[in-house]
Amino acid sequence: MSVAALHKKEMAPKEYKSDVNVVWCPGCGHHGILNAILRSLSELGVDPTNLVNVSGIGCSSRTPYFMQSYKMHTLHGRAGPVATGVQLARPDQLVCVTGGDGDGFAIGGGHMPHMARRNVNLTYILFDNGIYGLTKGQYSPTSRRELKAYTTPYGGPDDPMNPLLYMLTYGATYVAQAFAGKPKVCADLIKGAMEHKGFSYVNIYSQCVTYNRIDTIQYYRDLMREIPADHDPSDLGAAIELARGDTEGHRPMGLLYQVQRETLDERLAAIVKQVGGHPDFDRNKIINQYRP
Amino acid sequence: MSKANDLIIRVAGEGGEGIISTGDFIAAACARAGLEVYTFKTFPAEIKGGYAMYQVRVSSERVYNQGDTFDVFCAFNGEAYELNKHLLTPGTAFVYDYPGGDFQPDAIPEGVTAYPIPMSQASKDLGSYRSKNMVAMGALSVLFNISEETLKQVLTNKFKKKGEEILNFNLKAFEKGKELGTALQKRDTWRVADPVEPKDVIIISGNDAVGMGALLGGLEFFSAYPITPATEIAKFVATHIPKLTGTLVQAEDEIASIAQVLGASYAGRKSMTSTSGPGLSLMSELLGMASMGEIPALVVDVQRGGPSTGLPTKHEQSDLFLAIHGTHGDAPRVVLSVEDVKDCVDMTVDALNLAEQYQCPVILLSDGSLAFSTQTIPAPKPENYTLVNRKRWDGEGKYFRYAITEDLISPMSDPGTPGGEHIATGLEHGASGAPSWSSENHEVMHRKRFGKIKGLVDTYKPVEVDGEGEADVGIIAWGSTIGVVRESITRLRAEGIKVKGFYPKLMWPMPVAQYEAFAATCQKILVPEVNFQGQLSHFIRAETTIRPIPYTICGGLPFNPAMIVNKVKEVL
Repeated sequence: MSVAALHKKEMAPKEYKSDVNVVWCPGCGHHGILNAILRSLSELGVDPTNLVNVSGIGCSSRTPYFMQSYKMHTLHGRAGPVATGVQLARPDQLVCVTGGDGDGFAIGGGHMPHMARRNVNLTYILFDNGIYGLTKGQYSPTSRRELKAYTTPYGGPDDPMNPLLYMLTYGATYVAQAFAGKPKVCADLIKGAMEHKGFSYVNIYSQCVTYNRIDTIQYYRDLMREIPADHDPSDLGAAIELARGDTEGHRPMGLLYQVQRETLDERLAAIVKQVGGHPDFDRNKIINQYRP
Repeated sequence: MSKANDLIIRVAGEGGEGIISTGDFIAAACARAGLEVYTFKTFPAEIKGGYAMYQVRVSSERVYNQGDTFDVFCAFNGEAYELNKHLLTPGTAFVYDYPGGDFQPDAIPEGVTAYPIPMSQASKDLGSYRSKNMVAMGALSVLFNISEETLKQVLTNKFKKKGEEILNFNLKAFEKGKELGTALQKRDTWRVADPVEPKDVIIISGNDAVGMGALLGGLEFFSAYPITPATEIAKFVATHIPKLTGTLVQAEDEIASIAQVLGASYAGRKSMTSTSGPGLSLMSELLGMASMGEIPALVVDVQRGGPSTGLPTKHEQSDLFLAIHGTHGDAPRVVLSVEDVKDCVDMTVDALNLAEQYQCPVILLSDGSLAFSTQTIPAPKPENYTLVNRKRWDGEGKYFRYAITEDLISPMSDPGTPGGEHIATGLEHGASGAPSWSSENHEVMHRKRFGKIKGLVDTYKPVEVDGEGEADVGIIAWGSTIGVVRESITRLRAEGIKVKGFYPKLMWPMPVAQYEAFAATCQKILVPEVNFQGQLSHFIRAETTIRPIPYTICGGLPFNPAMIVNKVKEVL
């Protein structure tokens, strides 16, 4: 990602915490993800002054409040494009989005493909608990049909989406997955995402102990399979195969995909270079084009 | 009928036949000859073809609107003739493609001077049907005194890039048109004013002028989604902003474009988007976030016929409700409205400045008729614009993003500034930005957000009052309707009728005291506007003691001066 923001500080993970009380339920997977984020920031030596953390609305979208950094708590589904604006305005800063499955893939689903295909240089950490927690337990785009939730008392009518396939096919250049019960794995993948130049997507399953009683920590433990060591992360086909899961329905844990591609800010900078852009460009030259 | 020295030429035909370029050439040639130009055009919502119309009004004096109707009409085809023949009234001149065109007009009405010019045939004889508009221009040039010298200059400038051969071919067609026009005896008195000393002007459309204003106003980041009739703003900015090292993104929708604007603005860049009504509707929620999070942002709304998809290529002034109040909750914003192309430059600078100064969303309203209207305006001087930058934290002490200050404007801090880390949030918050649920704090923060822009009614340029003393009728107009009212008032005064005009550009917050002071000098207040409900009348009734007479039209076209003149006589 943005090298300038990295390796600048020596701070313990807890020093990245703000003094705002964490409001999540005891036992919620989000605590583990927050700790993994703090750990990765510490290990990368990120200066919080150069970090902008953007979120939308939802339980996980409260994350920025709990951390030291520049931050924006925006609207439901809009963290992605807001963060895109931040990143393009200040490519020298480290930009990351923290949000949930409903925020990212339901109301914000229209923005996800475009961040991926444009290769916006930011890290998107998606806390995937398959439920809307803040509105007290409705089914989300990643909920299993078996889940009986607030608005699906008889089970869900629609099939869940596969975030990894989505991101791989739209062109994300870093795609990884883990679950909250493995904070060390999460931290390593987040670290990799922040170091990666381009659009990094990290899907982290997180147990909701209050509203999703079927996707328990034990369920995720049984669900996840570490990606084999011989997997080549530059192989899109192999990554897609992994993302589909195995025949027994297991889900991959680890780095699925990573390639280098020019980022959106690099391409925009190239246009400025191409036209010989300069902040003191004489505006009269533009005005004179409109003389009759 | 127009006064002497003031000529309106309408050219119409099938889109793609060179109607628009003919109008552009005539307008540029007249501007180059030192004359004042105001153009007006309509084109179809079809992908290809359909009826296109371009009207050029030329005078040696300033022109404020497109005029009542044409003096000279040039029909390229039968459809154009059919759609305009009811306007061929005594005194007008009629140039048309005959023989060899696709139609034969009915009997020419008494008092109309007809000039049949075989444009299609002559063009075909020269070897390409594509030069029809050049033939037409040649004929119009000799018949109506359009400066041949400057016309040839603009043609040469345009075509020399395409090579000698194309240039010569077009000039040949132009000469042929001249020859055909000369062969006809001139029997009417319409003529464009003679060239005068060229002025320091540019000729530019409303949309391009907004783009120019944005760059003069120090714009650094622009994101937009394509929409008629606003897209030319994005094209202008896309072409020029990289030269100034700025950034343009075409977002995936209008929600994303305003979201990117808020992100970039939070990160310290002067940012804006442009759209039309449907896009502004989509942006409503994030505009509320900009109010709540106190993030500077400019949205230019080039209004079109609504609601829904409405009349997408037609003129309307019907987004005032949306611009002023379109979001949930109590969310303050500044709304400005431009009168003409000159305002499109100057007030875009104002709008960027106000967004920075007051850290809130600013909506600048333009409209469909201004979007494509080209007008001669004084060439802007970059050094004449004063730019405002947001108040930034000085690094002293502990930083509170939403601190209550004397002027209620809190310093901002750009990412990367040590000690200035903070949250910008759509949640109600206290001074630090941390969530706050108390009703006391909610009220304090409302007072801050509304209070900071309150003084604008006194600090923004005063509303122009057209006329002095007492009047029988006072006309309050906004947007491009102002230019029509200016001319109507001149005509009414010439008839001895006591009228005054009031031309607000700051629509919100509303300068109520100035409205009241104006109304106190008038027996009656008339509010003409191009929308169904009388949206400005509504705000006047709500915010002032004035009880205006609304005059609303919504046929997709702007007012013309004769309509206002007649209405004033009716309400007298």
